[in-house]
Amino acid sequence: MSTATTAQPKWWNGGKSPFNVEYGKLMMWYFLMSDAFTFGAFLISYGTIRFSTNGWPDPNVVFQSFPGLGSGLPLMFVSLMTFILIVSSVTMVLAVKAGHEMNKQKVVINLIWTIIGGAAFLGCQAWEWTHLHHEGAWWGANPFLNADGSQSSTNFTNYFFTITGFHGFHVFSGVIINIIMLIMTLNDTFEKRGHYLMIEKAGLYWHFVDLVWVFVFTCFYLI
Amino acid sequence: MEHSEVVHLEHHDNKNEVRNVTLVLTALTLVELALGFAMMKMVHGSAGVMATKLTIVVLMLAKAYYIVGYFMHLKHEIRNLIMTITVPLALFIWFIGAFLWDGNSFKNLRNNYDRHFYEQSKVPGLKKEHGAETKGAVHEEVKEGKKDEAKPAVHQ
Repeated sequence: MSTATTAQPKWWNGGKSPFNVEYGKLMMWYFLMSDAFTFGAFLISYGTIRFSTNGWPDPNVVFQSFPGLGSGLPLMFVSLMTFILIVSSVTMVLAVKAGHEMNKQKVVINLIWTIIGGAAFLGCQAWEWTHLHHEGAWWGANPFLNADGSQSSTNFTNYFFTITGFHGFHVFSGVIINIIMLIMTLNDTFEKRGHYLMIEKAGLYWHFVDLVWVFVFTCFYLI
Repeated sequence: MEHSEVVHLEHHDNKNEVRNVTLVLTALTLVELALGFAMMKMVHGSAGVMATKLTIVVLMLAKAYYIVGYFMHLKHEIRNLIMTITVPLALFIWFIGAFLWDGNSFKNLRNNYDRHFYEQSKVPGLKKEHGAETKGAVHEEVKEGKKDEAKPAVHQ
């Protein structure tokens, strides 16, 4: 607090990062920006096709099952998935924070919780995909009718499986990255390095996965 | 080495921030879900549904703001970094507007000039795979049909 903001540094005079972050973190930001464009292109394509079609299936009819509780429960399962991902994002924040404090024990615990959250989310998605597949939905197959009762095309399932699949693949990569972070933490790699900055980069990626889910959840399940 | 290049401008205490942002995100999600449930009772395609969907999109953007700003810490970075990330992403405003407009226009053009497309999209669906619910051509029928159908658990 007291040492802060003496004089504004001249960011563009060279000798330091004009963005005031280390190289790896800046590159992670740029990667995530490009990834945002990829996801954005997918979702915009989905939106364009949906806007150019007269009928579209009602998500509350398509997604209405909950494992062990049967069907007729729209929005319930996906809410659970959403909360799992939000909570795992929070534990990731706590892991990054613990890294700042050089608190190895806390980093380990929070990383483990984040990994569990990611794995739980993937498990939920696997269940949902299996369930939909059993109902006859897959790429190129759509058993669901449009909300107005008319025959629907396979656009709906194609987009659903492609986009949630691409997001699920990101979650999977995120879990792998977090597991690597956990192993490195346990091996004292960051202790020896003197900082836990790498966990911040993994954290950025993990929050991005959560961020994308906010959009996927809204576009496919809510509206 | 790379660490030393970074100037620590301020050290804000984010103990409460994490908790508060978590609460905000949870609250926004709950409101979204409440709107989602409310929408089920509305007439399909009505103005109320459109308004609700618009509200949900606004809430979605609010959630995105909190995740990027606080969890990803962008709000506490210096202006240069904020700009280099958010300015390119502003292209999305144009992308979304242009593409959705185009999709909608394509639909209208086809409905007006392509009878086959229009008639085909009004053919009642017949197909019913196991597990998938049948839907009548009229929305009201579906509402009532849903209750007494009371399907058993769809587990295979």
